[in-house]
Order: sequence, then C-alpha cells, then structure tokens
Amino acid sequence: MTTQTFFTQAFVYLTAAVVAVPLAKRFGLGSVLGYLLAGVVIGPFVFGFVGAEGEDVMHFAEFGVVMMLFVIGLELEPSLLWRLRAPILGLGGLQVGITTALVTGICLAVGLPWQQALAVGMIIALSSTAIVLQTLAEKGLLKSSGGQSAFSVLLFQDIAVIPMLALMPLLATQHMELSGEEHHAAETWISTLPGWGRALAVLGAVAAIIVGGRYLLRPFFRILGQVRMREVFTAASLLLVIGIALLMTQVGLSPALGTFLAGVVLANSEYRHELEADIEPFKGLLLGLFFISVGASIDFGLIGNEPGLIASLTAGMIGLKFAVLIGLARAFKLGTDQAFLFAFALPQVGEFAFVLLSFASQEGVLGSQITDPLVASVALSMAVTPLLLVFNDRVLQPRVGTRPAAEREADVIAENHPVLIAGFGSFGSTVGRLLKAQGIGTTVLDVDSDQVELLRRMGLKVYYGDATRHDLLETAGAAEARMLVVALDSPATTLDVVKTARKHFPNLQIFARAFEWRDSFDLYEAGVTYVYREALDSSLRLGTDVMRAMGFRAYHAERATQKFLRHDQESLALLATMKGEEESVYITAARRRIEDLEQLLAADLQDDGLDRDAGWDPEALRADFGQRPDRAE
Amino acid sequence: MARVLILFAHPALERSRVHQRLIRRIPDSPDLTFHDLYEAYPRLDIDVEREQQLLLDHDVVAFQHPFYWYSTPPILKQWQDLVLEHGWAYGSEGEALQGKSLIPLISAGGGEEAYCTAGYNRFSVRQLLAPIEQTAALCGMEFLPPFVVFGTHRLDPAGIVAQEERYHALLEALLAGEPDASERQRLTGAITINGFVSRLVS
Repeated sequence: MTTQTFFTQAFVYLTAAVVAVPLAKRFGLGSVLGYLLAGVVIGPFVFGFVGAEGEDVMHFAEFGVVMMLFVIGLELEPSLLWRLRAPILGLGGLQVGITTALVTGICLAVGLPWQQALAVGMIIALSSTAIVLQTLAEKGLLKSSGGQSAFSVLLFQDIAVIPMLALMPLLATQHMELSGEEHHAAETWISTLPGWGRALAVLGAVAAIIVGGRYLLRPFFRILGQVRMREVFTAASLLLVIGIALLMTQVGLSPALGTFLAGVVLANSEYRHELEADIEPFKGLLLGLFFISVGASIDFGLIGNEPGLIASLTAGMIGLKFAVLIGLARAFKLGTDQAFLFAFALPQVGEFAFVLLSFASQEGVLGSQITDPLVASVALSMAVTPLLLVFNDRVLQPRVGTRPAAEREADVIAENHPVLIAGFGSFGSTVGRLLKAQGIGTTVLDVDSDQVELLRRMGLKVYYGDATRHDLLETAGAAEARMLVVALDSPATTLDVVKTARKHFPNLQIFARAFEWRDSFDLYEAGVTYVYREALDSSLRLGTDVMRAMGFRAYHAERATQKFLRHDQESLALLATMKGEEESVYITAARRRIEDLEQLLAADLQDDGLDRDAGWDPEALRADFGQRPDRAE
Repeated sequence: MARVLILFAHPALERSRVHQRLIRRIPDSPDLTFHDLYEAYPRLDIDVEREQQLLLDHDVVAFQHPFYWYSTPPILKQWQDLVLEHGWAYGSEGEALQGKSLIPLISAGGGEEAYCTAGYNRFSVRQLLAPIEQTAALCGMEFLPPFVVFGTHRLDPAGIVAQEERYHALLEALLAGEPDASERQRLTGAITINGFVSRLVS
C-alpha cells in the first residue's frame, strides 16, 4: 500500500466515523451502530470507497478488542474476578455448551457431517465481546446484574476460543496441503514441541505475565516515569500490550485473554490510570475501525442473491441463541428485565467467528459454500445487535420491565417528596438513609432494576431509569421537589443530569457527588454550588484518626481537619481559576492529577494559617503581661 | 466520702502550662472520674444520656477550665445547655441533682488583685461566676466557691509545682467529703476556696 492510498483510506475511515457516530448518538442509537452504518456506507455496496482490503483492516482492527480487554482488566480487581467465578464457569460454560450442542444437532439434521456440524456449532456459540461490552458500557449497564452476567459469559467465551482453535485441525475432513506461509497460531514453533512441552510453554507464558506484571513492570514504569517524556510512557504501554499479544500468539493462547490477565494483574498498581489513559484512545479508534470494517464487510451481493437463506440463517442464529440465553437467565434467577438485557445483549455471533471461520476453511474443515453465507449472517447479526438493544430499551422494557414508577405509588400524588436522589449505590444510599432517619421524604432514581425491585419491597419510593432523561425526572416529581442529590458513579453522567436539571427544573437546588478535582471544576462551572468529592470526607476522617492515634488531642485534630478542609476548598477554587482553555487537551487525566497535586501541596506549604490558634496561645500574653493584658485569662 | 466528677474543658491542652500539670496530680481513686470533654466530643456532639448518668453517679461536680473571657470554654456551656434538661435537672419535677455540690476549678491569667472593684477586671471571680452559681442554685446543688490559680502568666515552674500540690490536696479533701458542714457554712460568702486549700497544705 502506498502512502497515498494509506492517507486516502485513513481519510475515508475517519470521515465516516466523525460523521456517523455523532449522528447515531444524536438519535440515541449508540456509537457501535454509528460505526457499523458508516462501514456499510463507505463499503463496496454503497459508495465503494473501501473495497477488498476491508478484510485486512478488520484483522488489524481486531487488535482493538485485545486492547479493550486490557483496559477492562485494569478496571477489574482480582477479588471481583474471583467473585464472578461462579457465573463465568456456570453461566458461560452452559451457554457455550448448550448452544454448541443445539447448533451441532441442527446441522446434523440438515445432513452435514458431524465434524462440520461441530465446527459450526462452536463458531455460532460465541458472541461479540467488542459490540456487547462497548454498548453496555455506553449505556452504563455493565455493573447491573444483567451486564455482569453478560460480561461473565463473554469472558468464558474468550477462554473457550483456545480449545476451539486447538480442536479445529482435528475436525478436518479433507486433508490440506500445508500452505507455504505459516500465518496462524497453531503453526508457530510451539507446534513442533511435544504435548507436555506445549502445556509447559502455555503455563510458563501465563506465569510470566503474572510474575512480570507484579514484580517487573513497576520498576520498569518507574524508570520510564523519571524520564518525564510522555510519549515514552505511551510507547511503553503499547509495547506492553503488543508484547503480551505476541507472546500469547506464540504459545497459542488468545491475545485478548493474555492482555486481560495482564490488566487484572496491574489493576492494583499505581500506574493503572496512566496505562488506561494511554491505551484508551488507541482502543477506541481501533474498535471503531473494527466496527466500520464489519459494516463494510457485509456482503450485500450475497445477501441480494440469497436473501431468504441469509435472513433465515441470521434470524435462526439469533433466535436460537436468544432462547438459550433467556432460559439460562431464568435458571440463574435474573429479574425479568435483567434477563432480557442479558439475552438481547448476547445473541449475535461475534468477531471470533470470523477468525474461526477463516481458520476452519484453511484447515479444510468447512468449505466456502458454508463459510460465505455464515460470514454474511455473522456480520448481519452483529449489525442487528445494537438495534435489538434499542428495541429492548424502547419497546420491550417499558411494557414488561420494571416500570419507571412503582405502580401503587401512582395514585399517591399528594406525596411529593422534597428530595430526589439520582443513583442509589453506596454513596446515594447513605445520603438517603440519613435523610430518611430524619423523616425527610426522598424519591430515588436508579438504573439497576434488581436493586430497584429490592428497594421498592423495602417501601422506598423508587423510580427505575436514567436520570439524564428529563421526562423521567419529571415523572419522579422534579417540578415539585426542592433538592436534587446527584450520587451517580460516573462524572460524565453526573454532568449530564446536572445540565438537564438546570435547564428543565431551575427550581431544584443541586447537590452533586464529584470524583476528582477536575470533576468538581466542571460541576462548579455548570452552576452547581454544592459539590462533594466522594473520597474527601473519609480521607480527612482517616487523617484525623491518624493524628489522634499519634497522640494529638481530639479537638486539635478535628479543628486541624476542618481548617484543612477550608484551605483545600480555597486552593481548589484558585486552581480552578488558573486553568484556562489554553490547557492542552492531550495531557492525560493522570498527568493532570499529578500537576494539580503539586500545586495543592505548594499551597499547603505557603498557608501558615493552617496551624494558628493564637487565641489559645498563652505565650504572647506571657510576653506582654507586664503591660496590661488585652484580655482576661 | 464523696464521689467526684471533674468535667474538664480545655480546647488546647497541648499549649497549656498549668492544667497539663494539674491534671497529672489527680488522685488515683475509684471514686474520682476525670472526664475530658473536648477529647470525648471534639465535634461538640454531647451525649446527653451518658452525661446525665455520670452526674447521677457522683456527689461533687467540678468544672475545670481556663477562665477565658470571664467564662467557660464553649463546650462547657454546650454541656450545660444540653445536659441540664428541664424536668431532669430543674423544674417542678427536675430533682436529679438535688443535694450534689458544684465547684469551679479555674485558672486565670490575671492576678488576684486584678479581680476586684479597683482592679482592671473590675469584678471578683465569684461575681463573674454568677451564672454558674445560679445554675447550681436552680438545680438544687450547693455551690462551693471556686478554686482559682491566679496570675498564670507570671507563674514560674516552682509556682506551678506549688499549685499542683494545692490542687491535689483539694481533690483529696473533696473525696474525703470535705469541706464539712460547718466549713461550708464559713465558705458561703468567700470569694474563692483558696484559703481553705491553703490550710490543707500548710
């Protein structure tokens, strides 16, 4: 590819993304659908800006999935992963097992040999990590019980890909001559080893990631940090991800799984935020590219020739997987709408299917008369997923799901509570409990429907839904309420709610939870007077207790803390005025945090009023006692 | 025999020269409770029930504090406002404190000579303590004249040691049930209890 065509292509892809994604978001369809549509538009069947090389682009962009799993791993503490072991093995194992069995059975019934039937079964059992996680994260549903279940299943599938890849060559019905180029995982040097050697290499690679992540990466990053070159750190982060991907491919494991593991190992390290900030933009761009290439690869020619076959294949795959998922969700006791969320999230066939399909045809397991329609249906099923979720959101949930308002509350119109609480996690619920103990009526809005059901059973007035929607705020009584407590756990959503409330319900006094200094600036700027950094009070209380344990008087420690709190607010206000628009947006959040901290520490050192209680200090009076003391002690 | 409760209020004990030394000489007796209010309630969130129980468990209540601006530090005022409830400490049914004694143990920067009509403080310590004395009266408590360490700004180390001895002697006396009825009679009009303490240590 010449430089010229490279730039042309980059131009086309980027333009498509920049135009389509904001449009899709504007219509509430989510970025994934935007990317997919952009791909269709620039693809060979609409404008034809990109053609056959779309396939290569897709393979390259699959690396976005690897990066995504790294970032997800970073946000996932090992303890959480351990807690999820039951759903990962149970839910994930059953989903893959049952779906594979069913599809295999159907294929056998239509007359495929068992080897091909099993291959197709395994391929169809997998879902799309990229689409599902991206979409759920965007909707803020990853932490709901349905989202967690979906995540567990996806994780299991990522693991399951490994034995599937290993199994494929054994299913070959026609013997293939080895092609000259050895380009896939199973044909690396490792395949020359005996079985025990392979197992040893795999274990060794995993151990290397865990031990290296624990003990080598920190000093490595510390040294790089001292160089104080931003781009070196970024390069190191990329190097880490790519290196692990390579290592994994060498030993025949899934790169996504390897980087996920590395992410989990690094989740507790101090470089977590830096790594996240570094990888994030690459991940986002590559994932976007991946979705675009999926859109572009949809073979409308084939679909046009055999519309009936492709449509029924797609619908059949989705329908079958959906049925299995719903059944599992029921068996694992998810609430109605979490079950629907779970089942509507995972019924597509995922990007691994492309890998497995091409691998299967290389290995001579499946012929092109099977893989071609399958590739088309897989791409279609992925494209349909965001639409299915929109359908679930807009059409199904309002009918069968947890209703925005508790029904029996509907007639108690007189009971309008003065306080609205958006978000009832550990932060919001503490606020709510405190107010309830004082007999102050509160109305709660939350997006976790299982939690909503529970709270309603406890007799709280709870509305289910997204507090950024002004109609929902309206239903919850925002027009009559006096206070709005925003206790959501994402800064972006918090800001959205604040803006909506300021625009539609100027009557509300807003009390907002903030996360870091920057978030508080944004909230102040949005016109919120009452801003609470979530970790501030507990860290100050901890500091107070340390002072007391050191032998300071309780009251001294208390006052010192209060004074520090005031000083901190002032420093923050100052910091806020110093930060102008001119600040480079390329500085990562982590880098900014360090710079802010630096300025705050400097301000602490300058403020000599931090330890001044002259009123209680007898020394000045003692020095002056010869003259008339100006007061009576 | 009497059980003594010291309600101690010093917002900055770490800077204190006198009280820090005095409280080291508190007699080690099961009948004496030293209750450090600022340490117990750094946020001034007085536990009323606990405080009332403490009062019930003792016969003599001592307010110990520096005499800031002719008064108690704020936590002791807060304590009075919240603990001495109507219907419990005073009022037609408030008899919980009947017959107990109240004595201030205070330190003052100015000398004794400053606390009189001719001095720059213009009033005697006992006059300035009138609100406390009246509080005691309303609660049916017997008010004992204050123990005062005068002129703390001028006190040298030897002077502080002497005051420690006096403070210790007074607490021992209170624990022993002194001053007795006839002594109390004599103290009725006294400005301070310092004379009685001098006799104890001499």
